[in-house]
Amino acid sequence: MLEIRDLHASVAGQPILKGLNLTVKPGEVHAIMGPNGSGKSTLANVLAGRDNYEITGGEALFDGKSLADLEPEERAQLGLFLAFQYPVEIPGVSNMEFLKAALEATRAAQGKEEWDSVTLLRKAREACKQVDLDPQFLKRGVNEGFSGGEKKRNEIMQMLLMEPKLALLDETDSGLDIDALQTVAKGVNSLRGPERGIVLVTHYQRLLDYIVPDFVHVLSGGKIIKSGGKELALELEQHGYGWLTGGQNGDNGKEDQTA
Amino acid sequence: MSSQAELDNSELDRVIRSEYEAGFTTLVESDTLPPGLNEDVIRVISAKKEEPEWMLEWRLEAYRHWQTMQEPNWAHVQYPPVDLNAISYYSAPKSMEDRPKSLDEVDPELLETYKKLGIPLHEQEMLAGVAVDAVFDSVSVATTFKSKLAEAGVIFCSISEAVREHPELVRKYLGSVVPKGDNFFAGLNSAVFTDGSFVYIPKGVRCPMELSTYFRINEANTGQFERTLIVADEGSYVSYLEGCTAPQRDENQLHAAVVELVALPGAEIKYSTVQNWYPGDEDGKGGIYNFVTKRGVAHDHAKISWTQVETGSAITWKYPSVVLRGDHSVGEFYSVALTRHAQQADTGTKMIHLGKNTKSTIVSKGISAGKSSNAYRGLVRMGPRAENARNFTQCDSLLLGDRCGAHTFPYIESKHPSATIEHEATTSKVSDDQLFLCRQRGIDPEKAISMIVNGFCKEVFKELPMEFAVEAGKLLEVSLEGAVG
Repeated sequence: MLEIRDLHASVAGQPILKGLNLTVKPGEVHAIMGPNGSGKSTLANVLAGRDNYEITGGEALFDGKSLADLEPEERAQLGLFLAFQYPVEIPGVSNMEFLKAALEATRAAQGKEEWDSVTLLRKAREACKQVDLDPQFLKRGVNEGFSGGEKKRNEIMQMLLMEPKLALLDETDSGLDIDALQTVAKGVNSLRGPERGIVLVTHYQRLLDYIVPDFVHVLSGGKIIKSGGKELALELEQHGYGWLTGGQNGDNGKEDQTA
Repeated sequence: MSSQAELDNSELDRVIRSEYEAGFTTLVESDTLPPGLNEDVIRVISAKKEEPEWMLEWRLEAYRHWQTMQEPNWAHVQYPPVDLNAISYYSAPKSMEDRPKSLDEVDPELLETYKKLGIPLHEQEMLAGVAVDAVFDSVSVATTFKSKLAEAGVIFCSISEAVREHPELVRKYLGSVVPKGDNFFAGLNSAVFTDGSFVYIPKGVRCPMELSTYFRINEANTGQFERTLIVADEGSYVSYLEGCTAPQRDENQLHAAVVELVALPGAEIKYSTVQNWYPGDEDGKGGIYNFVTKRGVAHDHAKISWTQVETGSAITWKYPSVVLRGDHSVGEFYSVALTRHAQQADTGTKMIHLGKNTKSTIVSKGISAGKSSNAYRGLVRMGPRAENARNFTQCDSLLLGDRCGAHTFPYIESKHPSATIEHEATTSKVSDDQLFLCRQRGIDPEKAISMIVNGFCKEVFKELPMEFAVEAGKLLEVSLEGAVG
């Protein structure tokens, strides 16, 4: 469902991805790991179509369609979901109102039946429960005054409701304590299924204790330098990224350019 | 009007003189007065309205004082001077023959907007001024309303009718809040007003329904110089709605309305406005100039609340104010002003605290798009007797794009040491991150912008009566179309 071939991309004119290849088939869970600044978050944002993240070479196909030709909302309507690393606040727009707009737009585009308000509310409450979020949060402004952990759980709650074909999780584990991490992982695992692809972007192995991937890829210098099964993550945990990048872990002190 | 303005003065003089040679009686019989303003014109207006002598005298006094006044120029707006001598100060409603025969003859762009706002067909006809002799549903609705109001003892009629039928009330309160010589535009209005509403709520009565100009349909043509007077007697309550969300076109460019509210001890008046006059084309050409004076006086334990949603007009000059005269009185001002294209708005409020323990709240939300200019101008004054007076002001601006401007001009004067005044102001842009979050969830950018803007305005919208709030949200959505780019 996701076919990335020799992808080159730059952020605000600066080349970050330099020939990346990746194939995700339905039912698979892929973990993209790598040191800071290796391009992990760039990959997630390029696929979702954020402004200033430009594909300069190669191609990324989602269900056979070239992502470069699609607006961000069109990609979402096709079933591509990005759980943000830093979810932004939208004051005054209630979570419920936001979900309603999002679900109306995507479900219609995907030919799914429309949910009436009662159904929507029921589903939203269930989704909240799954990620241990008080349903009162549905009435609050989108991420308005949420703690870091609440924002992340709110992202997963949206993902559960939107039932995407392909879910990209951008450092969803960052800033979560162990309980929240387990809750989030439980939510993600409940979405695993033969129709759905999941791509986890993460710096640490610990998320993968709870969401066990089928494939692990190591990204460094804008390319995937090693791919393997879930055991690769454990090796990385033991040896560090330097083991693969030849002592140079690529961490130049700069965070991924996401915000 | 612009073509008339192009007539040179001698031509104008000639026209006026020749018409006036025909004499006073002829003028009373004619449907439209020739352009220009003088005492005779005022006498004719008064005669046409069959007004008592005191009303005529009041108008003439206003006119004489107005002649000594200057048009104000302190507002943050720019416009070519309005030729007040090119305006006809009385014109009978257009006859059926002059109006469009059907919606087919109306500007398609206007119809498109009506459609987007979901306005029923017969209302579209009414708004567009189509000659319809069929009876609207709303006529019967209005009749039902009238009888219900009469039962409660509420008076709700046109100001002209009130001058004739309830002179004791009008004489007592007209000009008591906005004096004849208050400002240039109010002075002009006092001399020549021909239209508007009058409301009186008797002691202790809670008005059984929201009053809306919409139902005063016998006066469908909104005047250029409207005059509204609302008197809420002791312990009474009324909620009044003005305007409608549909864009209103008017051949008169200058509008100078006056609204006076009197809240007697313990009374509460809630006044909500949705203003959507024609803003003109992208360069503001043909748009309405809206110079309005709105003020209320709150006596002991009384409350006056202004809520406004301003989206129309080429120029808006408007400061709904409350004089907190009585002890424990409350004043509120909730405002959303949206400007786009070349629109200019200079709007805000004045809260004049005179009584003890008085309290006022100001929440102003300005949204600017295109190359428009949006200014908040507010005065909070604590008088020497205003012990423990409190004010809270929150003033937020939202910018869409980088060619528009937002300005805040707060004026604070405190003559009492116990007064508390809080002022918060923010300016923000709809961020790319907010927009991207919405789009990533499948929401198209226009819908996203309107959702974000609506969220920004929520504090004000929740003050509007329910139905009005829904309409106002929709209005913003339609107004913002094409604002993203």
